[in-house]
Amino acid sequence: MKRSNKNRIIKDPPARPVRQETRQTTKAGGNYADRLTAYRDLHAHALFSSLGRLVATPFTSIMTLSVLAIAISLASGFYILVANVQQLTGNLETSNQISLFLRDDVSDVHANKLADSIRHDLRIQDVKLITREQAMAEFKTYSGFGDAINMLEKNPLPIVLKVLPKHTLEDKEGLEGLLNHFKQAPEVDIAQMDLQWIERLQSILAVARLFAALLNLMLGAAVLFIIGNTIRLELHNRRDEVVIAKLVGATNGFIRRPFLYTGFWIGFISGVFAWFIVAVLMLILRQPVERLSGLYEGGFHLLFLSAAETVAMIGCSSALGVLGAWVVLFFQLQNTVSE
Amino acid sequence: MIRFDNVNKRYPETGDVLRNISFHLRRGEMAFLTGHSGAGKSTLLRLIATMERCSRGQIFLDGQDLNQVKENQLPFIRRKMGFIYQDYKLLHDRTVFDNVALPLVIAGFGHHEIARRVRAALDKVSLTGKEKKYPLALSGGEQQRVGIARAVVNKPPIIVADEPTGNLDPELSAEIMFLFGQFQQVGVTVLIATHDISLIEQLNRRVLKLDHGQLVGG
Repeated sequence: MKRSNKNRIIKDPPARPVRQETRQTTKAGGNYADRLTAYRDLHAHALFSSLGRLVATPFTSIMTLSVLAIAISLASGFYILVANVQQLTGNLETSNQISLFLRDDVSDVHANKLADSIRHDLRIQDVKLITREQAMAEFKTYSGFGDAINMLEKNPLPIVLKVLPKHTLEDKEGLEGLLNHFKQAPEVDIAQMDLQWIERLQSILAVARLFAALLNLMLGAAVLFIIGNTIRLELHNRRDEVVIAKLVGATNGFIRRPFLYTGFWIGFISGVFAWFIVAVLMLILRQPVERLSGLYEGGFHLLFLSAAETVAMIGCSSALGVLGAWVVLFFQLQNTVSE
Repeated sequence: MIRFDNVNKRYPETGDVLRNISFHLRRGEMAFLTGHSGAGKSTLLRLIATMERCSRGQIFLDGQDLNQVKENQLPFIRRKMGFIYQDYKLLHDRTVFDNVALPLVIAGFGHHEIARRVRAALDKVSLTGKEKKYPLALSGGEQQRVGIARAVVNKPPIIVADEPTGNLDPELSAEIMFLFGQFQQVGVTVLIATHDISLIEQLNRRVLKLDHGQLVGG
């Protein structure tokens, strides 16, 4: 001890006076500063002692934390699932474009004429013709069936006219009138509004998203109840301590503090556990998904939780921990009286 | 310091436990509270400890009408009192120092002040040097003295003891009583619930006697 002190003084002579100064200022700050440090120390003590209590009963703690971690990882797993599906459809734009698939026997020249005549329609802004060859090239690139298509002897794709109605034509009835008008044309095999199937896909996605949200809500409630019950048991185990603290003048706030920190730790640690669970699941899934994506020649890559989402997840679970503890304490502490 | 005005306490299950209790303990006064078991001693102490409220009448502690005190203010009333129990009510997973320091920690005192006061309180009950021991490593008399140190560490104007010598032999009891006498001499109001008649006779102080919920003497 002595030797190390000497060394310090030799190495760093001004260390001593500086330390003295700070001590003096704390004293000069008077009772208020002293109490502020005491308050800070209380919080620090509660923070670490509550963690210590969790470590002291490893078996119970691990069981509780595992249940919570699984619940939280389920919630975030669903979130990732929806995010990934959304990624698939993300590059689809909504428009009121109409696709006219022409009959097989319609020639390119005939199709051009038809396009010209449609272009003259006052309701139409633009018409784009996609020949069989262009369609094939596009299909090869985006569909993922490229190699399979090369095997075909004959191009099965029809000529397509992409008709873009004027912006003024936004009401449904007008668009449907136009659609029916095209359907009656002899050259047209199928007339379809792009909007329609995008809408369908989007409503399916919306349902999935809603489902995930409801599920997360339920899992959140489960986490809340599990943490609440854990805190209730803890409160029960430490009842003597609570009663004694009350008798010597502890406010409910003072009594609550260590339990709130316990709730925080439970939420925080299970959030971190959940992240690891999700990470492991994603690692397992990544290769098969990438292989599947490769088979379809798609550019699909599995999305993982971003840094912000990770912080949000752990933040949410910590907040649920504190909230669950608080709710239980609020109701239980009022009934705790000494016998 | 402690004043009861026609206090009644009624429990729905057992009816009136205390009836028309009136007395006044002045600052620096020391009194015994006695009576057969079930006479209402514990209930009276619980009313003073503000763990319960009276059904009728008024209780004044240090001039404050307890009926007027809101629930969230009760902890601050309790800090004016030191309680001592027959079963000591110590925390067994904390050292003697931490047990005695608890009221100060709760009141938000700083480190140095806590250490100074705890040492002073332990010195008063002759437990210097036992700070780092755990309560279960101490004898009954020593544990009771830890309880007393905890009760007085905050320098409260009122000390309330519930059968403080119940588990102690006569010699230790006399020691504890001597301590209480010392506190009284520095102006602390002391109320001791006991049915140890010999002890009461030795000390010759005011006696509040409860009989079936009513005060019959004092």
